[in-house]
Parts: sequence; C-alpha cells; structure tokens
Amino acid sequence: MDLLIFQAPILMVQASLDGILLGILFALIAYGMALQWGVMNIINIAQGDLVILGGYIAYTMYLVGIHPAWGVIVSPIIMYFVGWALYKLVINKVVDRDLFISILATFGIAIVFQQLMNFVFGADVVVAQSEYGTTMLFDNSVTLPNSKIFAAFISVIYAIGLVIYMRRSRLGRAIRATAQNARAAKILGVDTEKVYAATFGINAALCGIAGALISITLTLHPYVGLPYTVRSFMIVIVAGLGNLPAVALSGMGLGLFEEFADYILGTEFRIGAVFMLLVFILVYRRFKLSKKREYLK
Amino acid sequence: MNTVKQKDLILYSGLIILGLAAPFLFSAFKVQLTYLCVLIVLAMTWNLQGGEMGYNSFGNILFYGLGMYLTASVQVGMFFPLAEWTESGGEKTFVHTTAQYFQGIGVGLLVAAIVPTIVAGAIGYAILGLRGHYFAICTLGLGIAAGEIAGGIEIIGAGQGFTTPPFPSEIVDPEARGQFFYFLSFLVLVLAFVFVKYIYGSRFRLILNAIRDNEDKAEAMGIQTMKYKIVGWMCSAFFCGLAGGIMGGLIGYIDSTDVAFDGREMGVFMVLMAILGGKGTLWGPIIGATLFHFFKEGLWTFILGWQYVALGVLIVVIVVYFPEGLMGWLREKYPDRFGEVIDEKDRKAQVEIK
Repeated sequence: MDLLIFQAPILMVQASLDGILLGILFALIAYGMALQWGVMNIINIAQGDLVILGGYIAYTMYLVGIHPAWGVIVSPIIMYFVGWALYKLVINKVVDRDLFISILATFGIAIVFQQLMNFVFGADVVVAQSEYGTTMLFDNSVTLPNSKIFAAFISVIYAIGLVIYMRRSRLGRAIRATAQNARAAKILGVDTEKVYAATFGINAALCGIAGALISITLTLHPYVGLPYTVRSFMIVIVAGLGNLPAVALSGMGLGLFEEFADYILGTEFRIGAVFMLLVFILVYRRFKLSKKREYLK
Repeated sequence: MNTVKQKDLILYSGLIILGLAAPFLFSAFKVQLTYLCVLIVLAMTWNLQGGEMGYNSFGNILFYGLGMYLTASVQVGMFFPLAEWTESGGEKTFVHTTAQYFQGIGVGLLVAAIVPTIVAGAIGYAILGLRGHYFAICTLGLGIAAGEIAGGIEIIGAGQGFTTPPFPSEIVDPEARGQFFYFLSFLVLVLAFVFVKYIYGSRFRLILNAIRDNEDKAEAMGIQTMKYKIVGWMCSAFFCGLAGGIMGGLIGYIDSTDVAFDGREMGVFMVLMAILGGKGTLWGPIIGATLFHFFKEGLWTFILGWQYVALGVLIVVIVVYFPEGLMGWLREKYPDRFGEVIDEKDRKAQVEIK
C-alpha cells in the first residue's frame, strides 16, 4: 500500500493513458453494437466473440508471416462476410421478435464460436507481436506501447470513415432510414432485408477491426468474448444509440475505470469489476427513472 | 371431476414409486438420476419467474453457486477452521466423522436455502425494477460477476477451488453415497413440485401472469407488482440454493466459474430446459429437463469435444424454431387435451354474452 501511495502520481498517469487508449478501442466495438441495436433492434451477445474471431484472423496472418497490423484491412473484409452469413442463417429469423429471443439465440451463436475457435486455435492465451516498441514518457517512468497508440489511431480513423460513409452514401442513408422507421423505408423502396444484412456485416467488420487491434495490443483467448460484449452494451446504454461523441467519451470512461480497478482491486477482480459496473449502471438508471415513474426501455 | 382426481392420484403415486425405486432399478445411473432431479428443480423454479412472471433471468446461477459455496463452507466451518481446510486443498488434514458429515450437510443445506432467498429479497428491489432485456443482461452480469469475485476470495479456495468434505469412510456400503444424494435431491424435487403445483392453483400465479402480460395494467389494477416480483424471485432463489448445495456435495469439488457460477452450462441449461418444454406450464419444464438430460447424456459421449458446438446449435434451433416449447406445440395441435381448461360455468357465461 505504501508503494502505491509513493508511486501514485505516476500510476495515475500510466493508468489514465492506458485507459483512454483502451477506451477508444471499446468505443469502436460499442459503435458497432449501437448500429445494429438501433437499426435491427437486436442485442448481440456474440459481439465479443466476433471481436475475438477478428483477432484470430490477424493472429493467423502473423503466424504465416504477414505483419498483424495488416489485419485491420483484411479482418474486416472477412468479418463482413461472416456477419452477412450469420444474418442470413440465424439473425434474420429473430429480427422482429422479442429481444429475449435474440439474446438467447446470439448466446447460442457465441457458444458455437467460442468452441470452434477453441478447436482451431487452441485454448492458449496468444498475442500477435507487432514489434512496434514502446514510447517512454517522463524519464522512463511511464511506458506506452506504440501498438496501443496505433490501435487508438486506427480506431479513430475507421470511426470517422464510417460516420462519413453513413452520412454520404446511398446505403448509409438507407440504413438510417430503416433505423428511423423500417416500414416506411420499405414502402419507399428500401430493400430492408439487404439493409439489415449490410448492417450486421458492418457491425461484424467493426468487430473485426477491433479484434485485429486487440490481437496486437492485448491478448486473445477463445473464451474472453463475453466481457467485450458487456463492455459495449454498457457503453451503449450510457451513451444512447447513435451518438458517436458520447460513445467515444463513455468508452474512454470505461477504459479509465477498468485500469484503475485493475490497480486498486488487483487484476483478478478486473472482469468482476466490469460486470459489477454493468449492474450498478443499470440499477442507477432504474432508480433515476423510477422517480419519474418510468423504466428503461 | 372425481375421475380426474383419481387419475391424478394414480399418476402422482406412480411417479413417486418410480422415483423411489429408480436408484435400485438403475443402480448404475444414480449420479445421472440425481443430476436429472436437480435439473428439473432448476427448470421448474426458473419457470416460476421466467415463464410465469415474464422476467427472463440468466442470473439464477447466482443463487445456485451461492448455495453450493455456503453448504460446503458451513459443513467444513462447523467443525474445522475453514481457511486451513481450503489451504490444504485436496490433502485431507481434517476428517469428518459420520455424524459430523450429516449434521454439517443438514445445517449447510438449511443455510444454502435461506441465505440466497434473503439475497434475492435484498437485491430484488433494485434489480427487478429493470424490465425485459435489461433485466436479462443485468442478471447475466450478476451471475458472471459473482463467479469472477468468488474466484478471487482466498478463504473459499479462490482460483484453485474448494474440495467439499468427502463422504464419511465409516460407511462401507459403496452404494450409500449415491443413494444418499439421490434421495436428497428427490426430496427437494418433490418439495419443489408440491410447492409449484400449489402456486399454480393459487391467486399468486394469476398475479404473476398479470405482471407478465402487462405490468403497467397490473399495477393500475392495484396489484403491488414489486412485492410479488420479489417474492417470485425469492421462491426461485430458495430452490436454486438447495439444488446448488446438493450438487456441491455430489461433485465433491467447487470451482468458482466451472462448477458453482457456471453460467455457460447450468445457467443456460435451466433457461433452455424451460423453453424446450414450454414456458409457463407446470409439466413443461419437467418434460423439457428430462428430454434435455437424455439428449445431453446420450449425445455427449458420441460427440466428445463437440458438445458445446452441439449445445450452441441446439440453443439456436430451439429458440428460433421452437420458442413455444413442447407444451406450447401440443396445446396448439391438440387444444382439447392440452389447452387452457375453461370452467363450464365460464363457457356458459360467455355463450350467454354472445
């Protein structure tokens, strides 16, 4: 404890920087979730597993000798088609149904993904070496892996690119129209089925980018998908659907919270703290709303 | 009316005789039968608030795991220092005598039933204010958080697990352990069935159904929904705790995320079994659990390694193509036999209105 107080200012800077950079990555995943939640009204529990799958694509490239950073281009392309296929196989049957059904169905998908990844890539914790080195700040007391800076940078670029795409392109407009009112969009000639498939594909592609970045900054393991799902869910319910600055901010907030929880409570409680935060946020919102005699919808 | 009662009586006594005779008839499958009893209890009590109340919880595993840890901790802690027991791990430095073992497990199960019920009551007010999918996700978070936190607590074994007291070695009969746990679980099953059956005939069930169908209207009708929701969840928690305690003793080893707070298996199983059989029916979860258990045990050994893939596919198939469950399907197909029973008086009254 003495040590912590003695080193506290440095730890603060270290944890804050780590948290913010990590948070940008979380925000990217959350943006995908907000997109498909807003458009298709589906909560995708397999979100985190799509992330991990995207990470394993980058890791496979690393294994065959290509630099894993290229994963941020290859992985979203592959993941787009994975998402598209997933939509055609399962998701299109749960779009207009009860949300609980989509939760359970995607939970089933998550289990299948986890196990298949376990077969193909093994149950070891792996990481793709980017060999970007580290940046030392403040007399070498704060270390910052360059890969994390790279990850945050790429996330921001992709997020801005997506926002512009959604504003300007025909498909982007169709997606936004479907999100506002699917039936009206259909009457006006939007092929909503196609829009849904594309939305889910874009969501999976975003997960693929995030996964590729995670493969070089953090670690990969077949069973760590669920925390990513919960993180993105949390960010979305704090930020609301389709509010990108708020998503980015709450992503960073979550990153900060996690890093500090890691330092203060210890690494073994990190995931537990994330899940408890989810419960606290939901309960806080519930009490806040119940004063107005409303509830979370 | 009388004949129906008689039919029921024959059915129930037949089932009880079958249940009592099962461990002797299928002596090799005692552990499987115990599992089956526990699964039925879990499915039936999940159905009480998932099917009847419409609050789909992924977090009942919280009470199950809590019950498991509590039973084992009490059983050890009553006679020996708990910290030293968990520290010594598998090496037995302390040995329970026969009397100590049974006293311990008795008190342990009592605690395992009561404490989760109190916990459910305590957190119920906060958690049950959430509705629909927010409730589902919140309880999912609770269950997993509990597992992660239990994995960090030293006194109950942290990550390396907790060995529950072994069955007393003074009892030499090799069948005794299996029979003991089977009859224990069967007793809990009968208790749970009687309880759920009682609730199905009571006003309480109608209130739960009203909450499921339209909570706002139920509230407008003057029902204190929050009170009934909490009580409904407490009923589930009571039996989940008991089931967990028995499973802890049967398995003999508690791991925080793989055995106790096992959201990936038990936590999903109980939801799946209730849906497979048909949510919101008395017999649905029982049939669902039995089918699921047979399917699982029959298939698991043939597709070793692929069982989770099969489980995931099964979840998707059941949920997407079969959300009404077996009883729902039967109801639709044979409404005369399985449909909602309408009293003659009601039917006549309706005809008159027409």
